Amino acid sequence: MTREEIIEKGQVVYKKPTLLNDVPMHYCPGCSHGVVHKLVADVIEEMGMTEKAIAISPVGCAVFAYKYIDVDWQEAAHGRAPALASAVKRLWPDRLVFTYQGDGDLACIGTAETIHALNRAENITIIFINNAIYGMTGGQMAPTTLLGMKTATCPYGREVSLHGYPLHITELAAQLDGTCYVTRQAVHTVAAINRTKKAIRKAFEYSMQGKGSNLVEVVSTCNSGWKMSPEKANKWMEENMFAYYHLGDLKDNGIDSK
Amino acid sequence: MAKMYGATVVNVERCKGCNLCVVACPLHVLALTTKEVNRKGYNYAHEVLADTCTGCASCATVCPDGCITVYRLKSE
Repeated sequence: MTREEIIEKGQVVYKKPTLLNDVPMHYCPGCSHGVVHKLVADVIEEMGMTEKAIAISPVGCAVFAYKYIDVDWQEAAHGRAPALASAVKRLWPDRLVFTYQGDGDLACIGTAETIHALNRAENITIIFINNAIYGMTGGQMAPTTLLGMKTATCPYGREVSLHGYPLHITELAAQLDGTCYVTRQAVHTVAAINRTKKAIRKAFEYSMQGKGSNLVEVVSTCNSGWKMSPEKANKWMEENMFAYYHLGDLKDNGIDSK
Repeated sequence: MAKMYGATVVNVERCKGCNLCVVACPLHVLALTTKEVNRKGYNYAHEVLADTCTGCASCATVCPDGCITVYRLKSE
């Protein structure tokens, strides 16, 4: 059987999500952002919310996310995406409102907005990309940087005495009464990608059912910031990041509540 | 016995040569080019063992840029 025959007669098993624009993404080769963008685009399409999705883009690497996924977007000030999402959701309760933020935006400058928006049970979803570094500005230390990890601003590794401990924002969110679904996933293998897709879908559904705020953390790689090849970065993440950021659902109140 | 035949089509100009599809493929169908580059200067992914592909779509799932389209044909 020739390749042409398979392409002509066979069925399409996988293609680029239709909601993903043809514009080439500005992300570095192998960046996890691209995978999560694909998942978000897929989930919105599967839910039939194409015309009803409003996304809030952050400041950080994903700042141009509005160019790549073909839904309505609003750009927020640095760290203020959850506050803006709260406003949008209150004005348009029938819309699927979510923010897409990195760790510098969500866990550093926007900690207050994040915690309070989650605690107010705003019926929004926050997608949190945690790569333990500031990717866009050139690989500086973030609040989520692991102990001993070398970055541009802690060249000898992060030390407790000087820099304090890494911030577990997802565990923090799981303690809040306003949150409905809090989970931590990754996108390094096919199985993990499928689990992340299910998690995003669940979070979006809960937010549309008005069950509260949802947080989906995606432990990601930043191969440029970590100065590794994409495959090495994935391996490094499995060995080091997962030991500190344990994967799995931290809270799922959606099943029995209401 | 039914056999699955697969084929992948890589959007060469969109590919950034991150090598993740090559690592993800269980049957080593894909590889990066060694000499040819696309317009941006990246070595892109291409099929080297096209006959063994079963169309499992692992490569396309992990591709961060959505460059790969996978086709599958079942033959009796």
